[in-house]
Amino acid sequence: MPGAATAPPEGHLPPAPPAAQAGPLPPPGGRGADGASRGGAPARPEGETGLLAGGSFYECDASQPRRLERAMADLGTGLRRWRLAFALAWLDIRNRYRGSVIGPLWLTLSTAIMVVGLGVLYAALFKLPLVQFLPFVAVSLILWNMINQIVSEACGSLIAAEGIIRQLTLPYTTHVLRCVLRNIGVAAHSLPIILVVFAFCGTWPGLGGLMALPGLLLLVLNSFAVAMLLGMVCARFRDIAPIVASVMQIAFFLSPVLWKPELLGRHAVWLPLNPAYTLMETMRGPLLGEPVSTLVWLSAVSFTVLACAASFAFFVRFRGRIAFWV
Amino acid sequence: MARILAERLSIEFPLYHVGARSLKKRVLSQAARRLRTDAANRVVVSALRDLEFTIGHGERVALLGHNGAGKTTLLRTLAGIYEPVGGRLLVEGEIGSLIDPAAGTDMDATGRENILLRGLFRGLSEAESQTMLAQVESFSGLGEFLDVPVRTYSTGMMLRLAFAMATVAEPKVMLMDEWFLAGDADFMRRARDRLAELVHGAEILVLATHNLDIARQWCTRAIHLEAGRIKADGPIDAVLANY
Repeated sequence: MPGAATAPPEGHLPPAPPAAQAGPLPPPGGRGADGASRGGAPARPEGETGLLAGGSFYECDASQPRRLERAMADLGTGLRRWRLAFALAWLDIRNRYRGSVIGPLWLTLSTAIMVVGLGVLYAALFKLPLVQFLPFVAVSLILWNMINQIVSEACGSLIAAEGIIRQLTLPYTTHVLRCVLRNIGVAAHSLPIILVVFAFCGTWPGLGGLMALPGLLLLVLNSFAVAMLLGMVCARFRDIAPIVASVMQIAFFLSPVLWKPELLGRHAVWLPLNPAYTLMETMRGPLLGEPVSTLVWLSAVSFTVLACAASFAFFVRFRGRIAFWV
Repeated sequence: MARILAERLSIEFPLYHVGARSLKKRVLSQAARRLRTDAANRVVVSALRDLEFTIGHGERVALLGHNGAGKTTLLRTLAGIYEPVGGRLLVEGEIGSLIDPAAGTDMDATGRENILLRGLFRGLSEAESQTMLAQVESFSGLGEFLDVPVRTYSTGMMLRLAFAMATVAEPKVMLMDEWFLAGDADFMRRARDRLAELVHGAEILVLATHNLDIARQWCTRAIHLEAGRIKADGPIDAVLANY
Protein backbone atom coordinates (compact mmCIF):
# COMPACT_ATOMS: atom_id res chain seq x y z
CA MET A 1 0.00 0.00 0.00
CA PRO A 2 2.43 2.65 -1.06
CA GLY A 3 -0.17 5.35 -1.43
CA ALA A 4 -1.66 5.05 2.01
CA ALA A 5 1.53 5.35 3.96
CA THR A 6 2.80 8.59 2.47
CA ALA A 7 1.62 11.25 4.83
CA PRO A 8 4.60 13.21 6.13
CA PRO A 9 4.13 15.06 9.41
CA GLU A 10 2.15 18.18 8.69
CA GLY A 11 4.49 20.44 10.57
CA HIS A 12 7.28 19.81 8.09
CA LEU A 13 5.43 20.92 5.04
CA PRO A 14 6.03 24.37 3.66
CA PRO A 15 3.36 26.79 4.94
CA ALA A 16 1.40 27.79 1.85
CA PRO A 17 3.09 27.40 -1.49
CA PRO A 18 1.41 28.86 -4.57
CA ALA A 19 -1.85 27.09 -5.15
CA ALA A 20 -1.05 26.19 -8.72
CA GLN A 21 1.73 23.93 -7.53
CA ALA A 22 0.64 22.67 -4.19
CA GLY A 23 -2.75 21.39 -5.17
CA PRO A 24 -3.32 17.81 -6.18
CA LEU A 25 -1.62 17.09 -9.46
CA PRO A 26 -3.76 16.66 -12.52
CA PRO A 27 -3.97 13.14 -13.89
CA PRO A 28 -1.06 12.04 -16.05
CA GLY A 29 -1.47 13.11 -19.64
CA GLY A 30 -3.62 16.12 -18.78
CA ARG A 31 -2.48 18.89 -21.08
CA GLY A 32 -3.33 21.54 -18.55
CA ALA A 33 -0.57 20.44 -16.19
CA ASP A 34 2.13 21.88 -18.36
CA GLY A 35 0.98 25.44 -18.16
CA ALA A 36 0.16 25.21 -14.49
CA SER A 37 3.46 23.77 -13.39
CA ARG A 38 5.46 26.23 -15.44
CA GLY A 39 3.32 29.24 -14.82
CA GLY A 40 3.13 29.06 -11.05
CA ALA A 41 6.79 29.33 -10.27
CA PRO A 42 7.41 32.65 -8.63
CA ALA A 43 10.53 31.69 -6.70
CA ARG A 44 12.40 30.27 -9.68
CA PRO A 45 15.30 32.20 -11.16
CA GLU A 46 14.83 33.85 -14.51
CA GLY A 47 15.57 31.65 -17.48
CA GLU A 48 15.81 28.42 -15.57
CA THR A 49 13.78 25.63 -17.09
CA GLY A 50 14.28 22.80 -14.62
CA LEU A 51 14.67 20.41 -17.51
CA LEU A 52 18.10 19.26 -16.39
CA ALA A 53 19.16 18.57 -12.84
CA GLY A 54 21.79 20.95 -11.58
CA GLY A 55 19.84 24.14 -11.21
CA SER A 56 17.66 25.21 -8.33
CA PHE A 57 14.80 22.96 -9.38
CA TYR A 58 14.29 19.90 -11.51
CA GLU A 59 11.12 18.48 -12.90
CA CYS A 60 10.48 15.39 -14.95
CA ASP A 61 7.11 13.99 -15.87
CA ALA A 62 7.03 10.74 -17.82
CA SER A 63 3.68 11.60 -19.37
CA GLN A 64 5.02 14.90 -20.72
CA PRO A 65 8.65 14.19 -21.47
CA ARG A 66 9.28 17.52 -23.29
CA ARG A 67 12.06 15.78 -25.13
CA LEU A 68 12.88 18.55 -27.57
CA GLU A 69 13.25 21.16 -24.86
CA ARG A 70 15.35 18.81 -22.76
CA ALA A 71 17.64 18.01 -25.68
CA MET A 72 18.07 21.70 -26.45
CA ALA A 73 18.82 22.43 -22.80
CA ASP A 74 21.37 19.61 -22.81
CA LEU A 75 23.11 20.94 -25.93
CA GLY A 76 23.05 24.51 -24.65
CA THR A 77 24.42 23.68 -21.22
CA GLY A 78 27.00 21.27 -22.60
CA LEU A 79 28.35 23.74 -25.14
CA ARG A 80 28.30 26.60 -22.68
CA ARG A 81 30.38 24.51 -20.30
CA TRP A 82 32.97 23.62 -22.94
CA ARG A 83 35.76 24.19 -20.45
CA LEU A 84 34.87 20.93 -18.72
CA ALA A 85 34.88 18.97 -21.98
CA PHE A 86 38.16 20.63 -22.92
CA ALA A 87 39.78 19.75 -19.58
CA LEU A 88 38.61 16.13 -19.84
CA ALA A 89 39.85 15.85 -23.44
CA TRP A 90 43.19 17.29 -22.47
CA LEU A 91 43.53 14.83 -19.58
CA ASP A 92 42.62 11.99 -21.96
CA ILE A 93 45.48 12.86 -24.29
CA ARG A 94 47.89 13.43 -21.46
CA ASN A 95 47.00 10.16 -19.72
CA ARG A 96 47.38 8.20 -22.91
CA TYR A 97 51.06 9.09 -23.00
CA ARG A 98 51.70 9.08 -19.28
CA GLY A 99 55.23 7.96 -18.49
CA SER A 100 56.30 7.92 -22.12
CA VAL A 101 59.50 9.86 -22.81
CA ILE A 102 58.50 11.78 -25.93
CA GLY A 103 54.81 11.60 -25.07
CA PRO A 104 52.32 12.79 -27.67
CA LEU A 105 55.18 13.28 -30.14
CA TRP A 106 54.64 9.58 -30.81
CA LEU A 107 51.48 10.64 -32.61
CA THR A 108 53.53 12.90 -34.87
CA LEU A 109 56.30 10.38 -35.32
CA SER A 110 54.13 7.40 -36.23
CA THR A 111 52.14 9.46 -38.73
CA ALA A 112 55.38 10.81 -40.22
CA ILE A 113 56.73 7.29 -40.69
CA MET A 114 53.54 6.18 -42.38
CA VAL A 115 53.43 9.24 -44.67
CA VAL A 116 57.03 8.78 -45.79
CA GLY A 117 56.75 5.01 -46.17
CA LEU A 118 53.51 4.99 -48.14
CA GLY A 119 54.51 8.12 -50.06
CA VAL A 120 57.70 6.53 -51.38
CA LEU A 121 55.99 3.20 -52.12
CA TYR A 122 52.97 4.57 -53.94
CA ALA A 123 54.97 7.19 -55.85
CA ALA A 124 56.95 4.25 -57.25
CA LEU A 125 53.83 2.15 -57.89
CA PHE A 126 52.02 4.95 -59.71
CA LYS A 127 55.27 6.08 -61.37
CA LEU A 128 54.82 9.67 -60.13
CA PRO A 129 57.63 12.01 -59.07
CA LEU A 130 57.99 11.95 -55.26
CA VAL A 131 57.93 15.76 -54.80
CA GLN A 132 54.61 15.85 -56.63
CA PHE A 133 53.05 12.86 -54.88
CA LEU A 134 54.29 13.28 -51.30
CA PRO A 135 52.24 16.42 -50.43
CA PHE A 136 49.13 14.64 -51.71
CA VAL A 137 49.78 11.55 -49.61
CA ALA A 138 50.71 13.57 -46.53
CA VAL A 139 47.55 15.67 -46.59
CA SER A 140 45.34 12.71 -47.56
CA LEU A 141 46.63 10.34 -44.92
CA ILE A 142 46.50 12.88 -42.15
CA LEU A 143 42.96 13.92 -43.01
CA TRP A 144 41.91 10.29 -43.37
CA ASN A 145 43.47 9.37 -40.03
CA MET A 146 41.53 12.18 -38.46
CA ILE A 147 38.23 11.03 -39.96
CA ASN A 148 38.92 7.39 -39.15
CA GLN A 149 39.93 8.16 -35.55
CA ILE A 150 36.86 10.26 -34.97
CA VAL A 151 34.48 7.68 -36.38
CA SER A 152 35.98 4.80 -34.43
CA GLU A 153 36.16 6.75 -31.17
CA ALA A 154 32.66 8.08 -31.74
CA CYS A 155 31.39 4.57 -31.05
CA GLY A 156 32.68 4.82 -27.49
CA SER A 157 31.88 8.46 -26.80
CA LEU A 158 29.14 7.58 -24.30
CA ILE A 159 30.15 4.05 -23.29
CA ALA A 160 33.55 5.34 -22.19
CA ALA A 161 31.85 7.88 -19.94
CA GLU A 162 29.70 5.23 -18.25
CA GLY A 163 31.25 5.79 -14.82
CA ILE A 164 30.44 9.50 -14.96
CA ILE A 165 27.02 9.18 -16.59
CA ARG A 166 25.70 6.88 -13.88
CA GLN A 167 27.03 8.91 -10.98
CA LEU A 168 27.00 12.57 -11.91
CA THR A 169 24.39 14.69 -13.57
CA LEU A 170 26.03 16.25 -16.59
CA PRO A 171 24.73 17.15 -20.04
CA TYR A 172 25.44 14.28 -22.45
CA THR A 173 26.74 16.91 -24.82
CA THR A 174 29.77 17.20 -22.56
CA HIS A 175 30.83 13.60 -23.22
CA VAL A 176 30.35 13.97 -26.96
CA LEU A 177 32.25 17.24 -27.02
CA ARG A 178 35.03 15.62 -25.00
CA CYS A 179 35.40 12.94 -27.67
CA VAL A 180 35.46 15.51 -30.48
CA LEU A 181 37.94 17.82 -28.77
CA ARG A 182 40.21 14.91 -27.92
CA ASN A 183 40.37 13.88 -31.55
CA ILE A 184 40.98 17.42 -32.72
CA GLY A 185 43.84 17.58 -30.24
CA VAL A 186 45.29 14.33 -31.52
CA ALA A 187 44.95 15.42 -35.14
CA ALA A 188 46.64 18.73 -34.40
CA HIS A 189 49.82 16.81 -33.62
CA SER A 190 50.09 15.91 -37.31
CA LEU A 191 50.04 19.50 -38.58
CA PRO A 192 53.83 19.92 -38.38
CA ILE A 193 54.21 16.99 -40.79
CA ILE A 194 52.19 18.79 -43.45
CA LEU A 195 54.38 21.87 -43.01
CA VAL A 196 57.59 19.84 -43.20
CA VAL A 197 56.42 17.98 -46.31
CA PHE A 198 55.38 21.24 -47.99
CA ALA A 199 58.75 22.80 -47.19
CA PHE A 200 60.60 19.70 -48.43
CA CYS A 201 58.67 19.53 -51.69
CA GLY A 202 58.61 23.25 -52.24
CA THR A 203 54.82 23.51 -52.52
CA TRP A 204 52.90 26.17 -50.68
CA PRO A 205 49.15 26.72 -50.92
CA GLY A 206 49.41 30.43 -50.17
CA LEU A 207 46.34 32.35 -49.05
CA GLY A 208 44.13 29.88 -50.93
CA GLY A 209 45.00 27.39 -48.20
CA LEU A 210 42.71 29.37 -45.90
CA MET A 211 39.84 27.99 -47.93
CA ALA A 212 40.46 24.76 -46.02
CA LEU A 213 38.91 26.39 -42.95
CA PRO A 214 35.27 26.06 -44.07
CA GLY A 215 36.08 22.41 -44.78
CA LEU A 216 37.49 22.06 -41.29
CA LEU A 217 34.30 23.55 -39.89
CA LEU A 218 32.24 20.98 -41.81
CA LEU A 219 34.47 18.21 -40.51
CA VAL A 220 34.08 19.37 -36.90
CA LEU A 221 30.30 19.63 -37.26
CA ASN A 222 30.21 16.15 -38.71
CA SER A 223 32.43 14.82 -35.95
CA PHE A 224 30.07 16.14 -33.34
CA ALA A 225 27.02 14.72 -35.09
CA VAL A 226 28.65 11.35 -35.67
CA ALA A 227 30.03 11.14 -32.14
CA MET A 228 26.57 11.76 -30.77
CA LEU A 229 24.74 9.42 -33.13
CA LEU A 230 27.20 6.55 -33.05
CA GLY A 231 27.79 7.11 -29.35
CA MET A 232 24.11 6.49 -28.68
CA VAL A 233 23.61 3.69 -31.17
CA CYS A 234 26.71 1.85 -29.99
CA ALA A 235 25.69 2.23 -26.35
CA ARG A 236 22.42 0.49 -27.16
CA PHE A 237 23.65 -2.08 -29.69
CA ARG A 238 27.11 -3.28 -28.83
CA ASP A 239 27.63 -4.94 -32.21
CA ILE A 240 27.70 -1.66 -34.10
CA ALA A 241 31.26 -0.70 -33.16
CA PRO A 242 32.93 -3.68 -34.92
CA ILE A 243 30.69 -3.11 -37.94
CA VAL A 244 31.74 0.53 -38.08
CA ALA A 245 35.40 -0.50 -37.83
CA SER A 246 35.15 -2.82 -40.81
CA VAL A 247 33.16 -0.30 -42.84
CA MET A 248 35.86 2.28 -42.25
CA GLN A 249 38.50 -0.20 -43.37
CA ILE A 250 36.70 -0.79 -46.66
CA ALA A 251 36.07 2.95 -47.00
CA PHE A 252 39.81 3.55 -46.82
CA PHE A 253 40.36 1.53 -49.98
CA LEU A 254 37.25 2.81 -51.72
CA SER A 255 38.10 6.47 -51.11
CA PRO A 256 40.79 8.30 -53.03
CA VAL A 257 43.21 8.53 -50.13
CA LEU A 258 46.30 6.94 -51.61
CA TRP A 259 45.18 7.16 -55.23
CA LYS A 260 44.12 10.30 -57.05
CA PRO A 261 40.43 10.63 -57.94
CA GLU A 262 41.33 11.16 -61.63
CA LEU A 263 42.47 7.54 -61.83
CA LEU A 264 38.86 6.41 -61.72
CA GLY A 265 38.26 7.80 -65.18
CA ARG A 266 34.61 7.84 -66.13
CA HIS A 267 33.61 6.17 -62.83
CA ALA A 268 34.71 9.32 -60.98
CA VAL A 269 31.16 10.68 -61.31
CA TRP A 270 30.13 8.41 -58.44
CA LEU A 271 32.70 9.84 -56.05
CA PRO A 272 30.53 12.67 -54.65
CA LEU A 273 28.36 9.96 -53.10
CA ASN A 274 31.20 9.09 -50.75
CA PRO A 275 30.93 11.43 -47.75
CA ALA A 276 34.39 10.54 -46.49
CA TYR A 277 35.83 11.63 -49.83
CA THR A 278 33.92 14.89 -50.21
CA LEU A 279 34.57 15.96 -46.64
CA MET A 280 38.23 15.19 -47.06
CA GLU A 281 38.37 16.94 -50.43
CA THR A 282 36.96 20.25 -49.12
CA MET A 283 40.12 20.52 -47.03
CA ARG A 284 42.59 18.68 -49.24
CA GLY A 285 41.86 20.71 -52.38
CA PRO A 286 42.65 24.14 -50.90
CA LEU A 287 45.72 22.80 -49.08
CA LEU A 288 47.15 21.33 -52.27
CA GLY A 289 46.14 24.35 -54.31
CA GLU A 290 43.66 22.39 -56.41
CA PRO A 291 40.18 23.65 -57.26
CA VAL A 292 37.29 21.98 -55.43
CA SER A 293 34.23 21.42 -57.59
CA THR A 294 30.86 22.79 -56.58
CA LEU A 295 29.49 19.27 -56.63
CA VAL A 296 31.97 18.19 -53.96
CA TRP A 297 31.01 21.15 -51.78
CA LEU A 298 27.36 20.47 -52.32
CA SER A 299 27.81 16.84 -51.34
CA ALA A 300 29.88 17.70 -48.25
CA VAL A 301 27.34 20.26 -47.05
CA SER A 302 24.41 17.90 -47.72
CA PHE A 303 26.02 15.07 -45.81
CA THR A 304 26.75 17.42 -42.92
CA VAL A 305 23.15 18.58 -42.79
CA LEU A 306 21.96 14.99 -43.00
CA ALA A 307 24.31 13.82 -40.24
CA CYS A 308 23.33 16.70 -37.96
CA ALA A 309 19.62 16.18 -38.57
CA ALA A 310 19.75 12.42 -37.97
CA SER A 311 21.87 12.84 -34.90
CA PHE A 312 19.67 15.56 -33.46
CA ALA A 313 16.50 13.58 -34.09
CA PHE A 314 17.99 10.57 -32.34
CA PHE A 315 19.21 12.67 -29.46
CA VAL A 316 15.82 14.29 -28.95
CA ARG A 317 14.05 10.94 -29.00
CA PHE A 318 16.42 8.80 -26.94
CA ARG A 319 18.31 11.20 -24.71
CA GLY A 320 16.44 10.07 -21.62
CA ARG A 321 17.38 6.44 -22.26
CA ILE A 322 21.14 6.90 -22.46
CA ALA A 323 21.65 6.44 -18.72
CA PHE A 324 19.94 3.05 -18.98
CA TRP A 325 21.97 1.99 -22.00
CA VAL A 326 25.55 2.59 -20.95
CA MET B 1 11.67 26.21 0.08
CA ALA B 2 13.05 22.84 -0.80
CA ARG B 3 10.62 20.12 -1.68
CA ILE B 4 10.62 16.73 -3.35
CA LEU B 5 7.46 15.37 -4.85
CA ALA B 6 7.09 11.97 -6.44
CA GLU B 7 3.90 10.78 -8.09
CA ARG B 8 3.63 7.18 -9.25
CA LEU B 9 7.36 7.32 -9.88
CA SER B 10 8.60 4.24 -11.72
CA ILE B 11 11.96 3.19 -13.07
CA GLU B 12 12.52 0.10 -15.16
CA PHE B 13 15.83 -1.22 -16.37
CA PRO B 14 15.59 -3.12 -19.60
CA LEU B 15 18.04 -6.02 -19.61
CA TYR B 16 19.71 -5.36 -22.93
CA HIS B 17 22.91 -7.26 -22.81
CA VAL B 18 21.76 -10.66 -21.62
CA GLY B 19 20.42 -13.55 -23.63
CA ALA B 20 16.90 -12.26 -23.31
CA ARG B 21 15.16 -15.26 -24.77
CA SER B 22 16.49 -17.94 -22.46
CA LEU B 23 16.35 -15.60 -19.51
CA LYS B 24 12.78 -14.80 -20.34
CA LYS B 25 11.83 -18.45 -20.34
CA ARG B 26 13.53 -19.03 -17.05
CA VAL B 27 12.21 -16.05 -15.15
CA LEU B 28 8.71 -16.17 -16.48
CA SER B 29 8.31 -19.84 -15.72
CA GLN B 30 8.79 -19.06 -12.06
CA ALA B 31 6.54 -16.42 -10.63
CA ALA B 32 9.01 -13.57 -10.99
CA ARG B 33 8.43 -10.61 -8.73
CA ARG B 34 10.44 -7.88 -10.39
CA LEU B 35 11.40 -9.24 -13.78
CA ARG B 36 8.75 -9.03 -16.41
CA THR B 37 8.37 -8.30 -20.10
CA ASP B 38 7.22 -4.87 -21.20
CA ALA B 39 5.12 -3.79 -24.16
CA ALA B 40 8.05 -4.18 -26.57
CA ASN B 41 8.59 -7.74 -25.30
CA ARG B 42 11.85 -6.92 -23.54
CA VAL B 43 12.80 -8.32 -20.16
CA VAL B 44 12.81 -5.46 -17.70
CA VAL B 45 13.64 -5.15 -14.02
CA SER B 46 11.21 -2.99 -12.13
CA ALA B 47 13.65 -1.04 -10.01
CA LEU B 48 11.11 1.40 -8.57
CA ARG B 49 7.38 0.86 -8.76
CA ASP B 50 4.75 3.56 -8.33
CA LEU B 51 6.45 5.47 -5.56
CA GLU B 52 4.33 8.20 -4.04
CA PHE B 53 5.81 10.56 -1.50
CA THR B 54 6.33 14.19 -0.66
CA ILE B 55 9.35 15.32 1.25
CA GLY B 56 8.92 18.78 2.65
CA HIS B 57 11.21 21.47 3.92
CA GLY B 58 13.25 20.40 6.93
CA GLU B 59 12.69 16.68 6.58
CA ARG B 60 15.55 14.22 6.96
CA VAL B 61 14.64 10.96 5.36
CA ALA B 62 16.38 7.62 5.74
CA LEU B 63 15.94 5.18 2.87
CA LEU B 64 16.01 1.70 4.35
CA GLY B 65 15.86 -1.67 2.70
CA HIS B 66 17.89 -4.67 1.67
CA ASN B 67 20.47 -4.68 -1.08
CA GLY B 68 18.67 -4.28 -4.36
CA ALA B 69 15.59 -2.76 -2.81
CA GLY B 70 16.04 0.33 -4.97
CA LYS B 71 17.69 2.76 -2.56
CA THR B 72 20.53 3.86 -4.82
CA THR B 73 18.30 3.86 -7.88
CA LEU B 74 15.93 6.19 -6.07
CA LEU B 75 18.82 8.48 -5.11
CA ARG B 76 20.02 8.53 -8.72
CA THR B 77 16.54 9.27 -9.95
CA LEU B 78 16.20 12.15 -7.50
CA ALA B 79 19.58 13.42 -8.68
CA GLY B 80 18.31 13.51 -12.27
CA ILE B 81 20.51 10.71 -13.60
CA TYR B 82 17.68 8.36 -14.52
CA GLU B 83 14.63 9.94 -16.04
CA PRO B 84 11.43 8.41 -14.69
CA VAL B 85 9.89 5.82 -16.98
CA GLY B 86 6.51 6.45 -15.45
CA GLY B 87 5.07 9.06 -13.14
CA ARG B 88 6.34 12.44 -12.20
CA LEU B 89 9.16 13.86 -10.14
CA LEU B 90 9.68 17.40 -8.94
CA VAL B 91 12.68 18.52 -6.93
CA GLU B 92 12.81 22.11 -5.75
CA GLY B 93 16.11 23.30 -4.35
CA GLU B 94 19.65 22.89 -5.53
CA ILE B 95 20.62 19.23 -5.45
CA GLY B 96 23.89 17.94 -4.06
CA SER B 97 24.54 14.28 -4.40
CA LEU B 98 27.07 12.30 -2.41
CA ILE B 99 26.35 9.06 -4.21
CA ASP B 100 29.72 7.86 -5.40
CA PRO B 101 32.67 9.77 -4.00
CA ALA B 102 35.15 8.71 -6.65
CA ALA B 103 33.03 9.35 -9.76
CA GLY B 104 34.74 11.64 -12.22
CA THR B 105 38.10 11.39 -10.48
CA ASP B 106 40.98 11.14 -12.92
CA MET B 107 43.38 8.60 -11.43
CA ASP B 108 46.41 9.91 -13.32
CA ALA B 109 45.88 13.54 -12.39
CA THR B 110 47.13 14.98 -9.13
CA GLY B 111 44.86 15.73 -6.21
CA ARG B 112 45.02 19.43 -6.97
CA GLU B 113 44.11 18.91 -10.63
CA ASN B 114 41.22 16.72 -9.58
CA ILE B 115 39.87 19.40 -7.29
CA LEU B 116 39.91 21.93 -10.13
CA LEU B 117 38.32 19.34 -12.40
CA ARG B 118 35.58 18.82 -9.83
CA GLY B 119 34.98 22.55 -9.91
CA LEU B 120 34.41 22.27 -13.66
CA PHE B 121 32.09 19.29 -13.17
CA ARG B 122 30.00 21.49 -10.92
CA GLY B 123 30.08 24.34 -13.39
CA LEU B 124 31.94 26.68 -11.06
CA SER B 125 33.81 29.73 -12.30
CA GLU B 126 37.60 29.98 -12.12
CA ALA B 127 37.45 32.02 -8.92
CA GLU B 128 34.96 29.67 -7.27
CA SER B 129 37.16 26.71 -8.17
CA GLN B 130 40.13 28.37 -6.50
CA THR B 131 38.08 28.93 -3.35
CA MET B 132 37.04 25.30 -3.45
CA LEU B 133 40.67 24.26 -3.87
CA ALA B 134 41.66 26.17 -0.75
CA GLN B 135 38.80 24.67 1.25
CA VAL B 136 39.49 21.11 0.15
CA GLU B 137 43.17 21.60 0.79
CA SER B 138 42.61 22.56 4.40
CA PHE B 139 39.87 20.02 5.11
CA SER B 140 41.43 16.95 3.51
CA GLY B 141 44.72 17.40 5.35
CA LEU B 142 46.53 15.77 2.45
CA GLY B 143 49.22 18.46 2.32
CA GLU B 144 52.01 17.67 -0.11
CA PHE B 145 50.17 14.61 -1.41
CA LEU B 146 47.88 16.94 -3.33
CA ASP B 147 50.67 17.27 -5.89
CA VAL B 148 50.95 13.52 -6.43
CA PRO B 149 48.78 11.53 -8.86
CA VAL B 150 45.68 10.16 -7.19
CA ARG B 151 46.61 6.68 -8.41
CA THR B 152 49.26 6.48 -5.69
CA TYR B 153 46.85 7.31 -2.86
CA SER B 154 45.84 4.79 -0.25
CA THR B 155 42.13 4.01 0.09
CA GLY B 156 41.94 6.25 3.13
CA MET B 157 43.61 9.16 1.38
CA MET B 158 41.34 8.72 -1.59
CA LEU B 159 38.34 8.84 0.72
CA ARG B 160 39.63 12.01 2.38
CA LEU B 161 40.00 13.73 -0.95
CA ALA B 162 36.64 12.53 -2.26
CA PHE B 163 34.90 13.42 0.96
CA ALA B 164 36.43 16.87 1.10
CA MET B 165 35.52 17.54 -2.55
CA ALA B 166 31.99 16.28 -2.08
CA THR B 167 31.22 18.24 1.04
CA VAL B 168 32.52 21.71 0.25
CA ALA B 169 29.31 22.51 -1.60
CA GLU B 170 26.32 23.36 0.53
CA PRO B 171 23.29 22.08 -1.33
CA LYS B 172 19.69 22.62 -0.31
CA VAL B 173 18.68 19.06 -1.13
CA MET B 174 21.28 16.55 -0.12
CA LEU B 175 21.24 13.01 -1.43
CA MET B 176 23.66 10.70 0.30
CA ASP B 177 24.66 7.09 -0.02
CA GLU B 178 26.28 5.43 2.92
CA TRP B 179 29.81 5.20 1.57
CA PHE B 180 31.03 7.76 4.07
CA LEU B 181 31.08 5.23 6.89
CA ALA B 182 34.58 4.01 6.03
CA GLY B 183 37.85 5.70 6.92
CA ASP B 184 40.25 5.99 9.82
CA ALA B 185 39.01 6.98 13.24
CA ASP B 186 40.59 10.41 13.36
CA PHE B 187 39.21 11.36 9.97
CA MET B 188 35.82 9.87 10.71
CA ARG B 189 35.47 12.09 13.75
CA ARG B 190 36.07 15.15 11.63
CA ALA B 191 33.98 13.74 8.83
CA ARG B 192 31.01 13.20 11.13
CA ASP B 193 31.24 16.75 12.40
CA ARG B 194 31.36 18.06 8.88
CA LEU B 195 28.49 15.85 7.77
CA ALA B 196 26.40 16.85 10.75
CA GLU B 197 27.06 20.47 9.84
CA LEU B 198 26.05 19.84 6.23
CA VAL B 199 23.00 17.87 7.21
CA HIS B 200 21.83 20.68 9.44
CA GLY B 201 22.54 23.22 6.73
CA ALA B 202 20.57 21.34 4.10
CA GLU B 203 16.85 21.80 3.89
CA ILE B 204 16.24 18.20 2.88
CA LEU B 205 18.38 15.14 3.46
CA VAL B 206 17.76 11.81 1.79
CA LEU B 207 20.12 9.19 3.13
CA ALA B 208 20.35 5.62 1.89
CA THR B 209 21.75 3.49 4.67
CA HIS B 210 21.90 0.12 6.37
CA ASN B 211 23.17 1.67 9.56
CA LEU B 212 20.17 2.04 11.82
CA ASP B 213 22.07 4.05 14.43
CA ILE B 214 22.97 6.69 11.89
CA ALA B 215 19.43 6.68 10.59
CA ARG B 216 18.01 7.15 14.08
CA GLN B 217 20.53 9.84 14.92
CA TRP B 218 20.14 11.95 11.78
CA CYS B 219 16.75 11.32 10.35
CA THR B 220 13.24 12.30 11.27
CA ARG B 221 11.49 10.07 8.81
CA ALA B 222 12.14 6.75 7.14
CA ILE B 223 11.02 5.21 3.90
CA HIS B 224 11.39 1.46 3.86
CA LEU B 225 11.78 0.14 0.34
CA GLU B 226 11.23 -3.47 -0.53
CA ALA B 227 11.55 -4.82 -4.06
CA GLY B 228 11.13 -1.35 -5.51
CA ARG B 229 7.99 -0.47 -3.58
CA ILE B 230 7.44 1.54 -0.46
CA LYS B 231 6.78 -0.91 2.35
CA ALA B 232 6.54 1.65 5.10
CA ASP B 233 6.83 5.40 5.33
CA GLY B 234 6.56 7.46 8.46
CA PRO B 235 8.36 8.82 11.51
CA ILE B 236 11.70 7.11 11.94
CA ASP B 237 10.89 5.36 15.21
CA ALA B 238 7.66 3.92 13.90
CA VAL B 239 9.33 2.53 10.78
CA LEU B 240 12.32 1.18 12.67
CA ALA B 241 10.06 -0.57 15.13
CA ASN B 242 8.74 -2.77 12.33
CA TYR B 243 11.99 -2.99 10.36
